[in-house]
Amino acid sequence: MDDALTIHRLHFAFTITYHYLFPQLTMGLAPLVVVFKSLALWKGDERYNRAARFWAKIFAVNFLFGVVTGIPMEFQFGTNWARFSQFSGGVIATALAMEGVFAFFLESSFLGLFLFGEKRFGQRVHWLAAFMVFAGSWLSGYFIIVTDAWMQRPVGFELAADGTAHLVSFWALLFNEWAFWQYVHNMGGALVTGSFVMAAVGAFYLLSRRQEEYGRLFLKVGVTAAVAASCFQLFPSGDRHGKLIAEHQPATLAAMECLFRTQPGAPLVLVGQPNVAEQKLDNPIHVPKALSFLTYQHWEAEVKGLDAFPRDRWPDNIPLLYYSYHIMVGLGSIFIAVTSVAAFLLWRQRLYGARWMLWILMLSFPFPYIANTAGWMTAELGRQPWLAYGLMRTSEGFSPTVSSGNGLFTLIGFMGMYFVMGVLFLFLMWREVGHGPGFLDGHESKTPPSARILPEGAGA
Amino acid sequence: METLWFILVAFMLVAYAALDGFDLGVGIVHHFVARGEDERRLTLRAIGPVWDGNEVWLIAAAGALFFAFPKLYASSFSGFYLPLMIVLWLLMLRGMGVELRGHVDDPLWRSFFDFIFSAASLLLAVFYGAAVGNVVRGVPLNAEGYFFEALWTDFRVGPAPGILDWYTSLVGLLAFATLTVHGANWLLLKTEGELQERARRVAQKCWWALVSMTASSLAATVYVRPQVLDNFGRHAWGWVIPLAVAASLIFMRYAHARRRDAAAFFSSVVYIAGMLGGAAFAMHPHLLPATTDPSYGLTIYNSRTGAYSLSVGLVWWLLGVALAIGYFTFLYRSFRGKVRPEEGGGGYEAHAGD
Ligand code: HDD
Ligand code: HEM
Ligand code: HEM
Repeated sequence: MDDALTIHRLHFAFTITYHYLFPQLTMGLAPLVVVFKSLALWKGDERYNRAARFWAKIFAVNFLFGVVTGIPMEFQFGTNWARFSQFSGGVIATALAMEGVFAFFLESSFLGLFLFGEKRFGQRVHWLAAFMVFAGSWLSGYFIIVTDAWMQRPVGFELAADGTAHLVSFWALLFNEWAFWQYVHNMGGALVTGSFVMAAVGAFYLLSRRQEEYGRLFLKVGVTAAVAASCFQLFPSGDRHGKLIAEHQPATLAAMECLFRTQPGAPLVLVGQPNVAEQKLDNPIHVPKALSFLTYQHWEAEVKGLDAFPRDRWPDNIPLLYYSYHIMVGLGSIFIAVTSVAAFLLWRQRLYGARWMLWILMLSFPFPYIANTAGWMTAELGRQPWLAYGLMRTSEGFSPTVSSGNGLFTLIGFMGMYFVMGVLFLFLMWREVGHGPGFLDGHESKTPPSARILPEGAGA
Repeated sequence: METLWFILVAFMLVAYAALDGFDLGVGIVHHFVARGEDERRLTLRAIGPVWDGNEVWLIAAAGALFFAFPKLYASSFSGFYLPLMIVLWLLMLRGMGVELRGHVDDPLWRSFFDFIFSAASLLLAVFYGAAVGNVVRGVPLNAEGYFFEALWTDFRVGPAPGILDWYTSLVGLLAFATLTVHGANWLLLKTEGELQERARRVAQKCWWALVSMTASSLAATVYVRPQVLDNFGRHAWGWVIPLAVAASLIFMRYAHARRRDAAAFFSSVVYIAGMLGGAAFAMHPHLLPATTDPSYGLTIYNSRTGAYSLSVGLVWWLLGVALAIGYFTFLYRSFRGKVRPEEGGGGYEAHAGD
């Protein structure tokens, strides 16, 4: 593999993976904050407002980190993938530029109003601001997914005389079928993160017997949203997303499942270690014929294996692709199980006392992050060796004049910077959660100071 | 159509410079004009609700550039790789400097982020200026339309220039002076009392620097790249732009003396728009001239995207920017007036309970 190519890939992969840690929480929390604001308006109960303010603080810190790590992304198409930008700019830049003018302006202007304007403009305007922030962040998700979906499944373009792609249908680009299913699946993933985090904070408050009122509220809203979102990830969204892959990227599907031979009645792998050199799976445990059924609704249907494709069209990192995919699906199944039990307990009014369940909920918040990251790695590694599927190879897309030395310099720079930022971020989150909603606005909470997460005087 | 998009992209860059310019300027001056924690907090509140929205003009301009002139985006962003990455890092530091200082009520924590905020704002101003300098001077494009520039070579404007040579450094300092004055002018609008007086003194002192830097860098530009005068020869109305720049400087002096704060801020907006607009006027139809073979240069004709995209783009661009201007009007109207200590405001206060 060419040196510079590897560096550019790592550069992009590192910065985008890091960036996506933040938007998934903001996109997941935004609708839940709107829920709190609506409840406050509807029931006239100040506690909902305080809950909204608490999550707005968490939201604001995440948003800031999302913004500062997002700006490099917008630039990196040009800095690191210049040939790709030249080739595809005629199409994908439409989506990226629209994201700027439609989504980012909306989001950033109303966030200012949302964070600074509550006292000044009253509750209705504040509700509107919360709603607009939600709309902006979900809109921005859509445009970026349109961009990615075009790379996965190019539509609405033609190749011009100079070999670059030119847009011929604006609507085909925006309403790419792939984009639709990818979007709903991705937003479901964000909601899983947002609701798990909310439930975890709630469980933490109950377990540590502080701010219990709010703990119960967060658990109720968090668990309800989590169970819905988790089920939605499997069906319909994950299922439909998978069918699109079977249809348009059959080689990717074969690699995700490590299916080396084309066969009727293909099995669904649950566990096993890919052995690419010998083209087999070691220690497999599988469900016979299930893959055929899930993809084609027919137990005996033939599924193409990797042997049906020339080697140079195989994704280049099959084991990692396989693991990413199985981690996502495995975690997704566990989420459904856990949240179903929690929702059942909530319905029978036993959740708040079920300490074992609270422990599980409190400790489970990192896993949606892992599932989301694994999902994206599936999508991006599965697209290989193409940058734009079937049109341009990854090895043809990077910047011709940026040497691997310069790329490595900035990669190391980003790593150092992001490490420090990560430490800061965790510190600030820890503090916000420690303060809790009861402490905002100078309203003292019933909790005695000694029970606070930071001992009196720490950090003051 | 190409020319129209050239104007639209230039408009977004001007909007960015005029809006985020004052945030950066406040960052540069706040160490000198604001004494003590209360005043620091006030100066930050003067930009708090708006800086992020202002910064979006940069992202949107980059998006529009990518959209309309993908070839230019690919070539210039990879060629200016190192300075762009440094700008990105500075933008990150600036954002964290503004937002994080208020999260922990501790003097050490706050001075650390104040320092980050100032240093990042200052360096950003210089790098932006140098970037404009590079575009005007031209870069060593190859036959394929790509190049790569080191941060510096021998500081001469020669065949193998660096990002920083004497000319671009001069423009960088000019940008520094411009944004300092601009930021101080914004503080005139938003503050009162002693704080405002100090901001006024900074603005008045730096005015001299601004005038002399403007004159010398314009002379240097004509020396480095005489072709900038061509368009003025072809379209005599173009001379309106330098006249407006000169008028804005004179008017600013008068406004400072008469304490017409809105007028002072307005005149520095006109100044920025005039300088950048003048550069765009002089460049057209070139986007990135070549110091190697002039025919390698990138123009709006050889780097634009397809005609269909450009016309569809006009529809959504106008709609989107109209909406954006709507939000900005609403936002600025909502937060108009002076910032005052008693109001209490959002993230810049420490938490109750700390
Ligand atoms: C909490 C997050 C989460 C969870 C629980 C799941 N997913 Fe997922 N999945 C994502 C988060 C995600 C994602 C991060 O949102 C991806 C990456 C790209 C994309 O658009 O969505 C994704 C992509 C993605 C793809 C496309 C991969 C590609 O483009 O090559 C498929 C086929 C599935 N998912 C299928 C599933 C199934 C069958 C699940 C069963 C439970 C599942 N996902 C759970
Ligand atoms: C936020 C979620 C995302 C994650 C976690 C992610 C992850 C990755 C990873 C792991 C790679 C490296 C693949 C490799 O080594 O070959 C990669 C490459 C890339 N991704 Fe993504 N990606 C995400 C979203 C996006 C989106 C939304 C886009 C487009 C708009 C995109 C465009 C690219 C490009 C251009 C590359 C470089 C070319 C390549 O190596 O394939 N990614 N991404
Ligand atoms: C290559 C891909 C990406 C690019 C170029 C990109 C670009 C950006 C930029 C420039 C910002 C800052 C906006 C501001 O200043 O307000 C941002 C923030 C954001 N991005 Fe990304 N981004 C990418 C990937 C993603 C993905 C995959 C998602 C989700 C699906 C996403 C969702 C968001 C959201 C919701 C924000 C708002 C800030 C936040 O909520 O944290 N981005 N992004």
